[in-house]
Amino acid sequence: MIHNDTLLYLDGVTVSFDGFRALNALSLVLERGEMRAVIGPNGAGKTTMMDVITGKTRPDSGKVVFGEATDLTRLDEPAIASLGIGRKFQKPTVFEPHTVWDNLLLALAGDRRPRFTLWARQSAEEGERVEAILQTIRLAEHRGRRAGDLSHGQKQWLEIGMLLAQEPQLLLVDEPVAGMTDAETEQTAELLREINRTRSVVVVEHDMAFVRALGVKVTVMHEGAVLSEGSIDHVSADPRVVEVYLGR
Amino acid sequence: MSRTATTTCLVLVLGGAALLAVLNLALPADAPLHVPTYTVSLAGKYLSYAMLAVAVDLVWGFAGILSLGHAAFFALGGYAIGMYLMRQIGTRGVYGNAILPDFMVFLNWKQLPWYWHGFDNAFFAIVMVLLVPGLLALVFGWLAFRSRVSGVYLSIITQALTYALLLAFFRNDMGFGGNNGLTDFKDVFGIPLHLDATRDGLLAASAVFLAVELLIARYVVTSRFGKVLIAVRDTESRTRFLGYRPEAYKLFVFVLSAVMAGVGGALYVLQVGIINPSEFSPANSIEAVIWVAVGGRGTLVGAVLGAVLVNLGKTYFTGALPELWLFALGALFILVTLLLPDGLLGLARRRPRAAPAGPAPEPEPAE
Amino acid sequence: MILLRVLLLLIAICPLAARADDDPFAGLAGGYEDIRRAVDALALSGNPHAEPAVAALQAGTLFVAPDRSLWIRQDGTLTNARTGDPGTPDGDLKRVRVNNAVRRSIEAAMGALTLFSHDPARRMKAAADLFAQHDAAALPALDRALANEQDPAVRTALQQARAAALLSAGTAPVPDRLAAIAVLRARGDLDASNLLASLSGQPPAVAAAASAAVTAIARVQQLWALVQAVFYGLSLGSVLLLAAAGLAITFGVMGVINMAHGEMVMLGAYTTFVVQQVIATSLPALSGVGVLLAVPAAFLVAGAVGIAIERLLIRFLYGRPLETLLATWGLSLALQQAVRSIFGASNRNVTTPGWMSGAAEWGGLTITFNRLYIIVFAVLVLVALMAVLRFTALGLQMRAVTQNRRMAAAMGIRTPWIDALTFGLGSGVAGMAGVALSQIDNVSPNLGQGYIIDSFMVVVFGGVGNLWGTLVSALTLGIVNKFLEPLAGAVLAKILVLVLLILFIQRKPRGMFPLKGRAVEA
Repeated sequence: MIHNDTLLYLDGVTVSFDGFRALNALSLVLERGEMRAVIGPNGAGKTTMMDVITGKTRPDSGKVVFGEATDLTRLDEPAIASLGIGRKFQKPTVFEPHTVWDNLLLALAGDRRPRFTLWARQSAEEGERVEAILQTIRLAEHRGRRAGDLSHGQKQWLEIGMLLAQEPQLLLVDEPVAGMTDAETEQTAELLREINRTRSVVVVEHDMAFVRALGVKVTVMHEGAVLSEGSIDHVSADPRVVEVYLGR
Repeated sequence: MSRTATTTCLVLVLGGAALLAVLNLALPADAPLHVPTYTVSLAGKYLSYAMLAVAVDLVWGFAGILSLGHAAFFALGGYAIGMYLMRQIGTRGVYGNAILPDFMVFLNWKQLPWYWHGFDNAFFAIVMVLLVPGLLALVFGWLAFRSRVSGVYLSIITQALTYALLLAFFRNDMGFGGNNGLTDFKDVFGIPLHLDATRDGLLAASAVFLAVELLIARYVVTSRFGKVLIAVRDTESRTRFLGYRPEAYKLFVFVLSAVMAGVGGALYVLQVGIINPSEFSPANSIEAVIWVAVGGRGTLVGAVLGAVLVNLGKTYFTGALPELWLFALGALFILVTLLLPDGLLGLARRRPRAAPAGPAPEPEPAE
Repeated sequence: MILLRVLLLLIAICPLAARADDDPFAGLAGGYEDIRRAVDALALSGNPHAEPAVAALQAGTLFVAPDRSLWIRQDGTLTNARTGDPGTPDGDLKRVRVNNAVRRSIEAAMGALTLFSHDPARRMKAAADLFAQHDAAALPALDRALANEQDPAVRTALQQARAAALLSAGTAPVPDRLAAIAVLRARGDLDASNLLASLSGQPPAVAAAASAAVTAIARVQQLWALVQAVFYGLSLGSVLLLAAAGLAITFGVMGVINMAHGEMVMLGAYTTFVVQQVIATSLPALSGVGVLLAVPAAFLVAGAVGIAIERLLIRFLYGRPLETLLATWGLSLALQQAVRSIFGASNRNVTTPGWMSGAAEWGGLTITFNRLYIIVFAVLVLVALMAVLRFTALGLQMRAVTQNRRMAAAMGIRTPWIDALTFGLGSGVAGMAGVALSQIDNVSPNLGQGYIIDSFMVVVFGGVGNLWGTLVSALTLGIVNKFLEPLAGAVLAKILVLVLLILFIQRKPRGMFPLKGRAVEA
C-alpha cells in the first residue's frame, strides 16, 4: 500500500474530545509532489487532521507516517516542523512586532537552538534567501514594515513566505483565501501552484471556486472520515457529497 | 529610540551615582551641596531595586512570563551575601562565637549547618549569589515551561513559590535566622561597612552592575534570540510550528533574569544591612511588576525609570503621609493598567507620532 | 496524697463527727483548730450549704458577726452561710482567718465535697482527679460514692477511678484486677494506657491482660487520631472551600483574576463585626443570632462592592488577564488601607455566640462546634451556589454567557449586566466566607491576604470552571495538610502542600478535573 513516492500516510486515525469523535478512523495517502485540496462542512475534522499531522493533538489511535518510516504521533510540534512540515493557520499568524524581513529571517531553515540564535549574525547567504522569498511572495517593497501593519492578504502571503523559508517538504495550508479579494485569491492560487513545483501541499478550503481553480485531486471529509475522493467534478457528482452539502 | 534611551539611562545611572558619591565624600558635612550618607545608601537601594525591575522586565516584557515571584530570587541573592557577611562578623558578635552566627548560638546550636560551610569565603558567596537563584529558576522553569504552564497559571504558581519560601525562611530551624533574618553586619571584603567611603563604593558598584545588566539584557533582546523570544511572547504556537522550542528560550531568559535579580538582592543587602523573610512576601514581587509597568513594559530602560520613581514616591509617602501610601500604590496599579498600558516611556514614544507635521521619523530598528 | 489521707480519715470519723456536733458550722467561728475540725466535719456532713461555706473560707469571703452567725460575701451581697438566705447581720463583720493547717484541710475537704457534690459535673471532676492519682487509699471513698451515684456517666468515671486505685493497691484478688483492667481497656485513652503500662509486679495473667489492653488501646487511639485528623482536615478544607468558592465563580467561570478576592472575604468579616456592634447597641435581644444576620448582610455588602468593581474596573480589562491581576492587586491594597483607616489596624473582636462555642467529645474525637458549623456552612454555600447556577434564570444566563458570549448576546441576554451580576455573586459568596472566617481568624485588614494564594491554588488544583472540582480540591488539600502536620509540623506541612501543588500543576496544568474539548485547547 505504501509506495516509495508516498510522503504522508494516515491510517485509522481517531481523535475524540469528551466523547465527541473529531476524527473517526481517518485514512489518507499523499504522494510526494502532490497538491491536495481537502474540503468538508464545518466540524468535518479538517483542522483536527492538521493538528494531528503537526503534533498539536495526539491521536487516541491510528498511525501517521511521514516519508520513509517516521511516526509523527511520537513527536512534538518543533520536531515535526524540523522534519519539513510547515503549517499555515486559518487566521494569518505572523510575528507582528517584527519587520517582514525579520519574520522571514526567523523562519529560515537553520539552527533553532538558543545557544545559536543568541550569537547569530545574519549571513550573506541568509540575506539572499530572504531576498528570494520576498520576490516570490511579492512583498519586496514592504521588507522594512512591521508585519502587524500589513493588510490581511499581505499577512497571508508573508505567512506562506515564512513556510517557504522553512523549506518544508510538505505544506499544510488552512483556508488561505478566506477574507481575500478576488484578485488576491487569484494570485494566491498562482502562488500555491508555484510552490507545488518543488513541494507537496495540502490545502484546506471552503471556497469551491478556488478549489476548482487549483485543479487538483480533492478529498471530501465528513464526520471525521473521508467521504469521497477524486477530481472536483467527480466529487461534485457524488450523491453522498451532495447530500452532506445540501442536506437531505 | 531604544539605543539612545539606553545610552541616556546608562549615563544618568553611572553619572548620577558618581556625582552622589563624590558630593558625599569630597564635601564637608556642612557644605550646602553635601549629600548625606543616608541618601547615598537610599540611592544604592533604588539601583538594586532597578536591577530587580530589569530582571522582571526581561521575562515579562520580552517573554510574556508575568512572574509574581521574582522577589524570591532577589531575596535568595540577598541571603547568599548575607550569609557571607554573617560569617565575617566572627568574634565581634554578641556571643563572641568565632564560627556560629549569634542566632545559632542563641538557638543552642553546636555546629554550623552544612549549607553554611564555604560562606566565609567571599568568592564562594559571590558564586552562590549567582548560582542559587539561577538553579531555583532552572528547576522551576524547566518543570513549568516543559509542561507549558503559562499566563495566569504561571503567575499563580510563581506566587506560590515565593510564598512557600517566605514560610520556610520564617522557620528558625531552617538556619537562616528565622523572623529576624541576618543583620548586624560588620564588614565586607575586610572593609568596614559603616564607613562613608564604603557606602559610596557600594553605590558605584550598584550603578556599574545595573549598567552591565542593562547591556546584557539589551544584547539578549536585540539578538536573533531576542527576536525569537518576542515571537514566542506574542505567537507561541507559530514559533513551535516553525521548529523553535519556546520552552528552551523561556528557560534561558528566566534563569538569566533570576541571576540578575539575585545580584540586585546581594547589592541591596550590602547597602540596607539586613535581609529577612519579609523580602519573600508576594507583595514585594508584585510591587516590582508595577515598577516595570509604570516605566513601560518591554523597554528595559523603563524598568529602571519605574523602579526609581515609584520608590522615590514610596520613600516620600511612607515618611510624610504613611497612611496614604497604600492608596497611592493601589491607585498606581489601577491607573497604569487602565490608562497607561505602555508606561511612561510608551507615553513619550507616542507623542512624536501624534504630531504628523514634523519630519518623517527614521524607520525604527526592530527591537 | 494528703487529700486522700484526709478523705479517708474523714470517712472513717464521719458518723462520730455527725454525732459530736449537730451544728458543723459552729466551729468556723472559733480558733484555728476549731475551724479545721469544722471544715473536716462539713466535708462529710452532706449539708447542702457546706460546700459554699468552705469555698468562701478558702476564698477569704467568709465572715463572722458578733453573734457568731456566719456570712458569705459575694458581689457585695451577704448570705447566711448556714441557710443560704440573704440577710443583714448586726454589728461589724470579721473575716474568718485561716492558717496552713486549715488551708490543707480546706483543700482536702473541697475534694471530698466535690465527690459528694450535688453538681454531677463537679463529681465527674473529682472522679477524674482521683483517677489521675490512682491511690489505693481512695478505695473506700470511691466505694461509698459509687453506692450512692445515680448519674451513669459519673458512675463510669467513678468505676474507672476505682479500677485505677485497685490496680495500684496490688492487693486485690486476680479476678478483681482482671475486671479492673477490662474497665480501663474500655476507657481506652492514653491515661488508661499509661497506667496499664506502668503496672509492675503483677501475676502473669494480670500482666498479660494489661499488655493486651495496652496494645488494644494503642490501636483504638491510632484510629481516633486518624478520625481526628480527618475532622481537622475537613475543617481546614471547609475553610479553603469557603474562601475559594467565590473565586471558583469569578476566576473559574468568568476567567477574571481578582486579586482583591481576599478583600471581599475581609469585608464580609468586617460586616459581621459591624452587624454585631449594631445589634449589641440597638437590639441586644438578637445578639445570639447576630452571626446569622451577618450572612445575608455580608453577601449584600461584598456583592455590591463586587458589582462596583466589575463596572468601574474589570470590564475595561476583559481579555487582558495579567493587567486584571495587577489592577485588582492595586485595588486590594487600597481596600485594605481603607478598612485600616476606618476600623484601625488592630484586630476587631467578633464574638462567637454561645450555641457556636464549646466542643463535644465523642470517644477520642473532639469536635469543636464552631468548626463543625463552618463545615456545614461551607457545604450549604456550595449547594446554594450550584443550585443558583443550575436552576435559576440568572444561572442559566451566566452559563450561556460564559459558554458563548456572542450567541448569548444575540439571544437577547444583556451580557454586561450578567457579567456584573456574576462577579457580584462570586464576591458575595466571598463575603459570606468572611462571616465564617471571622469566627476562627483574626478580623484585621490583612485577613484576606492570607487566603488569596490558597484560594487560587484550590481552584486551579480542582480544575478551573468546575465547582465539584473545587469541592474535592479544597477537602483534599485540607486533609492532606492535616495528615502531614504531625509528621512535619504545621508550617512545613503547608510548605509541602504548596510544593506538591506547584509540581502537580506542572504535571496537569488544568487541574484534577479539566474541562476537555477543542474550544478549551484553542
